[in-house]
Amino acid sequence: MKLFKIRGGVHPEDRKHLAANQAIEDLPLAPLLHVPLQQHIGNPATPAVRRGQRVAKGELIGAAQGPMSAPVHAPTSGRIMGIGSFPAHHASGLSVRTITLQPDGEDRWLEGLEGVPDPFALTPEDVAARVAAAGIVGMGGATFPSAVKLNLRTKYSLHTLVINGAECEPYLTCDDRLMREHAAGVLDGARIMAHALGVSRIIIGIENNKPQAQDAMTGVAAPYPEIRVAHLPMRFPMGSEKHLVQTLTGLETPARGLTADIGIVVHNPATAFAVHQALRQGRPLVARLVTVSGAAINRPRNLRVPLGTPVQHLIDHCGGFREDPAKLVSGGPMMGQPLPSTRVPIVKGSNGVLALTATEINAGPSSPCIRCGSCVDACPCGLLPLNMAAHARAGDLEGTVRLGLMDCIGCGSCSFVCPSHIPLVQFFNYAKGEMAARGRAKQKQTETRRLVEGRAERMEAIQRAKREAMAARKRDTAKPAAAAEA
Amino acid sequence: MLAAIGSLSVLGLILGAVLGLASRYLRVEGNPLTAQALALLPGSQCGQCGFVGCGQAAEALTAGTAPPTVCPPGGRAVAEALASLLGKTVDLAGVAEKAPTVAHINENLCVGCTKCFKRCPTDAIMGANNMIHSVFADACIGCEKCFEVCPTECIEMRPIAATLQTWFWPNPATVTA
Ligand code: SF4
Ligand code: SF4
Ligand code: SF4
Ligand code: SF4
Repeated sequence: MKLFKIRGGVHPEDRKHLAANQAIEDLPLAPLLHVPLQQHIGNPATPAVRRGQRVAKGELIGAAQGPMSAPVHAPTSGRIMGIGSFPAHHASGLSVRTITLQPDGEDRWLEGLEGVPDPFALTPEDVAARVAAAGIVGMGGATFPSAVKLNLRTKYSLHTLVINGAECEPYLTCDDRLMREHAAGVLDGARIMAHALGVSRIIIGIENNKPQAQDAMTGVAAPYPEIRVAHLPMRFPMGSEKHLVQTLTGLETPARGLTADIGIVVHNPATAFAVHQALRQGRPLVARLVTVSGAAINRPRNLRVPLGTPVQHLIDHCGGFREDPAKLVSGGPMMGQPLPSTRVPIVKGSNGVLALTATEINAGPSSPCIRCGSCVDACPCGLLPLNMAAHARAGDLEGTVRLGLMDCIGCGSCSFVCPSHIPLVQFFNYAKGEMAARGRAKQKQTETRRLVEGRAERMEAIQRAKREAMAARKRDTAKPAAAAEA
Repeated sequence: MLAAIGSLSVLGLILGAVLGLASRYLRVEGNPLTAQALALLPGSQCGQCGFVGCGQAAEALTAGTAPPTVCPPGGRAVAEALASLLGKTVDLAGVAEKAPTVAHINENLCVGCTKCFKRCPTDAIMGANNMIHSVFADACIGCEKCFEVCPTECIEMRPIAATLQTWFWPNPATVTA
């Protein structure tokens, strides 16, 4: 298949050998599971259970609120211990509403969960509704509700589904293992999604460092001429939606647009597999594959983890730390976020837990920019990271925005290559957050203005009514008096 | 040479006349800057700046008697916008961004006197005579007017807690690692 070149990008050492040859293992149940009500973009789910209630595996414990939301289900059978606040799987260390479940060890599925004999006989709406009910979200880390993405066909004219098996982040191997061990399931899920999207063409993009996954997917895709497996060159960030689509089709996604603008929808292989399970077996999303790796981990593994399992439980299963990690990361080392503690639970979007040593993270004190231009060459979005960072440092966020801050995908390529260890992408993350906060402040200000004006009008109306009532009373008292005089 | 000087001075005269006429016929009442500054201010007339309301603050801003950092609830964003409007530089590092707060009513102490309800500029308080009042946090701008009038001191100004949706990374330039 003909591929197109993209600009920029970097070649970090992929370090996938640590975990790539470890077959998927089922992680034993932890003593307590902490299932957050929000594991997706959009509105949090509302609790659908009470404290003390017994639930079966796959039973609904949090109901979706509105279309931009996702339900959560019991990852195993057991008793609800409480609904409260628990540290989130998030760099901030903030707590979120979380349901705590004590497994009973039986791991008993809810009765009556049944798949559809022929998902291709369903209407696209039905498929999307089942995907929504199964709580499936983008499992590559974006956690965007998948059903919303499947319903894009109503607004865009689509022609291709791309399965993003690039897995370009170093260390991570869970998509690789999934495609090797469950190729048929991934393919089936992809075909069901294509049916829901109303497209026939499917391209499965896999980087060349995963030859077995490429072979496995090519094997199962052989009977379908409309499905192609593309062998992608190794380059970070190949897995960025827009860059992947450009490599595969040569089409550029408009700035700040969606790939759907050019007729393409991108899904992750793990999402495809979850769709397969939801439609064929009727099973909601209650577990996911997680790569536990890094040189500070004794035995790197690919684990199938019930959602809500504390990160510490995974680390213990992998033999604990070989040495004290210099950094604990959720996701890949390039775009992943530091984890505040190992107490936090695994959620729908966690694809990796990395314990990295000081030599692996190559940190160093940052020194002034030497204007070498490496960051400019590395940026896959054609931006000028050095100038953007200079503006952000000086507090001139407007200037950063003018230079294209909103086009930055936060891939970290610029920070990766910078010889002066300047925290470039950290500046951009801060600037984006600050701009969003200002946007919210502005919105609140408009809202305040409306409220204040509303109040002023009401006060005015009350005053007027009072004056009129007074005038009317005066007239009334004046009239009878005049009548009496006459 | 002469022609060039001549044509340029004629041009200058004509344009000068046009400008003169324009200033006579298109005169704007009041300082247009004041209106623009007013548009940037929150408009809640909360009085935290020390002026009677936002309008007076805007006048002081354009007259140069108030600095762009005059509006405490506006924070850094408003200060920056005002500074760029007025063509002034402002030391934003000095504007300690006051953590925004919202009012919270302790329901056990509220006697339902409606004093706070009457004062709130954004109608953020719900209540009626002899009823327990409560604050609709999304509409509250933290002006503390209710806080000042409550006879039972049951109103507390609480900082707005960050959520996963509003939290973001700190500025690496101010973080000393
Ligand atoms: S890579 Fe670093 S040192 Fe080189 S130009 Fe960019 S910011 Fe400056
Ligand atoms: S983080 Fe942003 S600026 Fe840096 S390389 Fe990636 S896209 Fe470019
Ligand atoms: S602080 Fe009190 S008076 Fe001011 S907006 Fe909030 S609720 Fe209303
Ligand atoms: S002023 Fe205080 S006591 Fe009176 S209604 Fe408001 S909160 Fe209640």
